[in-house]
Amino acid sequence: MTSRRPLLRHLVAWAALLPMVATVLWVYVGSVLWSMRISVSSSRTLPIGDFVGLKQYARLFDSERWVLSLQNMALFGALFIIGCLVIGFLLAVFIDQRVRAEGVLRTIFLYPYAMSFVATGLVWQWMLNPELGLQATVRGWGFPNFTFDWIVRQDAVMLAIVVAAVWQACGLVMALMLAGLRGIDESLWMAARIEGIPKWRVYLSIVLPMLGPSIGTAFVLLSVSVVKVFDVVVAMTQGGPGLASEVPAKFIIDNLLVRANIGLASAASTVLLLTVLALLAPWFYARAHASRRAERVARALRASATQGATA
Amino acid sequence: MTNKTTRLALALAFAFGATLGVQSPAQAQANRAEVLHWWTSGGESAAVKELATAYTKAGGTWVDAAIAGGEQARAAAVNRMVGGTPPTAAQFNTSKQFLDLIDQGMLANVDVVAAANNWDKILPAPILNAIKIKGHFYAVPVDIHMPAWFWYSKAAFAKAGIASEPKTADELFAALDKLKAAGLVPLAFGGQPWQEKITFYAWLANVGGPDMYMKLYRDKDVNLPATPQFKAVLASFKKLHNYVDAGSPNRNWNDATAMVIAGKAGVQIMGDWAKGEFATAHQTAGKEFGCFPGFGPKSPYLVAGDVFVFPKINDPAQIKSQQLLATVFTAPATQVAFSNKKGSIPIRTDVDVKSLDLCAQQGVTIMKDVSRQLPTPEMLISPDLEGSLQDVITKFWNTNESVDDAAKAMSAALKNG
Repeated sequence: MTSRRPLLRHLVAWAALLPMVATVLWVYVGSVLWSMRISVSSSRTLPIGDFVGLKQYARLFDSERWVLSLQNMALFGALFIIGCLVIGFLLAVFIDQRVRAEGVLRTIFLYPYAMSFVATGLVWQWMLNPELGLQATVRGWGFPNFTFDWIVRQDAVMLAIVVAAVWQACGLVMALMLAGLRGIDESLWMAARIEGIPKWRVYLSIVLPMLGPSIGTAFVLLSVSVVKVFDVVVAMTQGGPGLASEVPAKFIIDNLLVRANIGLASAASTVLLLTVLALLAPWFYARAHASRRAERVARALRASATQGATA
Repeated sequence: MTNKTTRLALALAFAFGATLGVQSPAQAQANRAEVLHWWTSGGESAAVKELATAYTKAGGTWVDAAIAGGEQARAAAVNRMVGGTPPTAAQFNTSKQFLDLIDQGMLANVDVVAAANNWDKILPAPILNAIKIKGHFYAVPVDIHMPAWFWYSKAAFAKAGIASEPKTADELFAALDKLKAAGLVPLAFGGQPWQEKITFYAWLANVGGPDMYMKLYRDKDVNLPATPQFKAVLASFKKLHNYVDAGSPNRNWNDATAMVIAGKAGVQIMGDWAKGEFATAHQTAGKEFGCFPGFGPKSPYLVAGDVFVFPKINDPAQIKSQQLLATVFTAPATQVAFSNKKGSIPIRTDVDVKSLDLCAQQGVTIMKDVSRQLPTPEMLISPDLEGSLQDVITKFWNTNESVDDAAKAMSAALKNG
């Protein structure tokens, strides 16, 4: 009787998890494997079951547009993550000063994140358009030499996209950092005040390291946005003047739907997946390694403590 | 569970099962046809309504399945065909977009309708080549669009002192210079890849000539881009970039047309769908704006358009609907009514063109001259190769790439595609 209850509980738990497990395995992992299968075939509009080896991959890296899209993603990723972390942290610090309208300000700063990337992209496109937006307005105010035409320049269009994306996402980073800041003990501040350390020094050398987990969370969320950046590019520049703001997700969707070349699109998405895994794998290994070391150190300490107690 | 709860649960289960068991009665709809298309803008909706009205008058039931965006609509059509719930008819362009579907045996042919209506005789050659694959007719054409008309504002031309329509490339450049001197934007341009692409088609067909055009797109000659004649065409095409304004990148085509309508810009190279914009602004061809299809009296007339394909369905009622659709779409009266609203020209020249506007009438007259008909590249090359060439053109237009590098990139794209 007593052995049947745990089994029943396990069965119920498994029955509840089964839909999710099936979805993950069949839909997610299954379609990833299917895409990889298609990437070694010559499929165009419809999937074909033949095998052409790595021809699609060769064509992929021959394509100037794909290589450019990877470079753009790297540039966007670096600027976007750094910009969001820095601005988000500064906003969180500002709100942490117990300003009067804290709730209102928090809402205002977080509000852009509630907008879709498409709406953000469209509005920023109008604002950054040299004929309709900021440049025309400031020139109308009597500064005829003011130029702000990043969005129509080959070399600066990615910066324009970074501006729009950072504007949207820094609210989220601010919320995460604020939660971390609020978790810091009051006694720390009092101790710092007694010691006479300037506030900025406290933030930089003491608080920032303590925000490690918040920064890590924000970094992961932002990285996900970087890899799948698509809507802000399509809404703002449709790939930019020429090919200047091409990104991998847009390349994949273009080949999938418009160019009727699902073989090439699958090859591109496989390469994107492997790139992300290649970047994440060392990080996961480092984290696992660090946690194993921490565990070993803790065990050693406990062992020495018990030794000390018994000795 | 208590007795009461058990009984309640069983009652609910029975009720649920009963609703599942009841079949909704099949509605008796004569010749029901679900038509999937992407004509969702104002003018386009009015045009497709003409098709629906004609079909309903012929005894059919039209079920509209509109999806905004050409690529999305085509993707939805393919997905539905693969998934087993195909629409009765799906819209594609007159192109090679549906060749893969034919190869995989997913489309039904309409040879019966084609034979009954003499399609071999009444349809122009570029369209026949696109819809007649291996001797069978797999699509019904509904319109002919010409993507390379030159539209100009009469007010702007008057202000710049341009007396007549340019008949050669040099005359066009002279006119653009005059427009620039008069303080207007010479060429209203939208810097999106597809607009750069059709401007290049217009330029290659008019300046390079039909032979060079066909050598590139039909014969896919990899040595052609390296020839000095082709490089000259590329160079003069890039010269047009001097006449567009700084805000042109990523501008929508109708915003560029608005510049011409307002008289702020002189010329726009755009397809005949631009007529809708002029009509909405209450401007008439020949009065406030003018149109010419190319340089000179023998300029080539690029033929593009839309077709409807019929997925293979094993239901005799659906097959009957498909054949009725094909017959109705190509009837002369339907063609005229549709062309009026759509801004295109009818697929057949044996129609009464009195109700069409000046530019459309000009188009129908030109189509009677077989030597001037030129298929658009999408009828000759796959969407993949067309996309690769579009990438080359857009890079050449937007950067300082040299003509030699662009020519080399074009040869590489032709070799790969």
